[in-house]
Amino acid sequence: MKELRDPAALRGLLEDIRARAGRLRRTPRLMEVCGTHTMALFRSGLTPLLAEAGVEMVSGPGCPVCITPNAVHEAAIAAVTGAEGLTLAAFGDMTRVPTRRGSLQTAVPARGSRLRIVYSPEEALDEARREPGREVVFFGAGFETTIPAVAYTVKRAAAEGLRNFSVLPALWLVPPALKAVLDAREVAVDGFIYPGHVSAVIGAGPYEFAARDYGVPGAIAGFEPGDILLAVRSVLGQMAAGKPEVALEYGRAVAREGNAAARALMDEVLEPYDAVWRGLGKIPRSGLRFRPEYAGFDAGRRYAAAGGAEAAADMKGCRCGDVLRGAIRPESCRLFGKACRPDAPAGPCMVSYEGACLIHFKYGPAGRGRT
Amino acid sequence: MCLAVPAKIVRLEAGGQGAASYMGSEVRANFSLVPQARPGDWVIIHAGFAISVVDAKEARATLRLFKEMAAAERR
Ligand code: SF4
Repeated sequence: MKELRDPAALRGLLEDIRARAGRLRRTPRLMEVCGTHTMALFRSGLTPLLAEAGVEMVSGPGCPVCITPNAVHEAAIAAVTGAEGLTLAAFGDMTRVPTRRGSLQTAVPARGSRLRIVYSPEEALDEARREPGREVVFFGAGFETTIPAVAYTVKRAAAEGLRNFSVLPALWLVPPALKAVLDAREVAVDGFIYPGHVSAVIGAGPYEFAARDYGVPGAIAGFEPGDILLAVRSVLGQMAAGKPEVALEYGRAVAREGNAAARALMDEVLEPYDAVWRGLGKIPRSGLRFRPEYAGFDAGRRYAAAGGAEAAADMKGCRCGDVLRGAIRPESCRLFGKACRPDAPAGPCMVSYEGACLIHFKYGPAGRGRT
Repeated sequence: MCLAVPAKIVRLEAGGQGAASYMGSEVRANFSLVPQARPGDWVIIHAGFAISVVDAKEARATLRLFKEMAAAERR
């Protein structure tokens, strides 16, 4: 959809945004919840253009790699270093997060054990099918975009009677985290740019509390520059009219009611619990764990002795937690660009492609043009 | 990690498996989460699973809006 990058159309939208922002009493501060939006904003150069048009963008907690607390990353390391003959399958980004025990990349697996980077949870399931004699643990991390895929593999594994497959869950729900951001009142958020692909699964309904109970407007956005500007424009319009809602500006990929099949699958296999997020702490019903019928597939239980869920400290000096709440910008961290760089990250926000620190380092004013 | 891409369904097979065309190459994916999808449909693929079917009417509406914006701006 190259039309959504047409410079003339983008200029037109920016002008409209400038006019709308100018009519508001103060500079609107919008949180782009999703790390992929942060990436799109920086890569396309929209962040400074929006600032210049009178809109301040702040990054939110939308990076699953980043918000997974170190205790969970350490449990994954403990599994592959503590158990013999085990395959730990993980998304690439998850393997580079530094903890006190090093990262999955630097950890030395136990005898016969190995780390495997996968793109889809199904690859991990395939591995378990191919090698019935090996334990395969999938480090299942993600938001609602990824969760149905994880639920699918576990349901399949149960149906096939695969006893050598399990999942270490790090499954997070976006709407409760946004409620936590609003409840904390640390950052005055005037509006949300809601994540497009999370919304493809959950629909618009789960965000409605923000408009209804907090008076905070928002819009679901796609990932082309034009998509994001349409959403920003919609939020400013809602502010001006004093009519907050959940606008859908990504109708081509998102249905208002979401994806019923995906949600039914999530609901069948998983149940909410009060999960602990990096930076945000414990948030009511913000994480998913296996329902009792599927609890046998929970690697956290299988390898509890090796890992343990006791609180693990963050890396010293890393302020990733503050970045995830939108409380500080990455540049305000003393380690940013110095002791913490993409080739030697000190925290997860510098590891993940959706991490605000990495994105600011690569594309921000301090690092423009660096790759 | 959360990156998701639009791709066009080439083939649907038994068990929810299938293939889609993404930027000229064929990729395997699981289509179990979009039971209504048919070959030729565009879908959004994330972590090996199609998570939504692209609504052609909505896509055209957005495109029209952008063409209008661009035309107005060039005038
Ligand atoms: S710059 Fe590095 S150390 Fe500082 S908050 Fe970001 S990830 Fe943590």
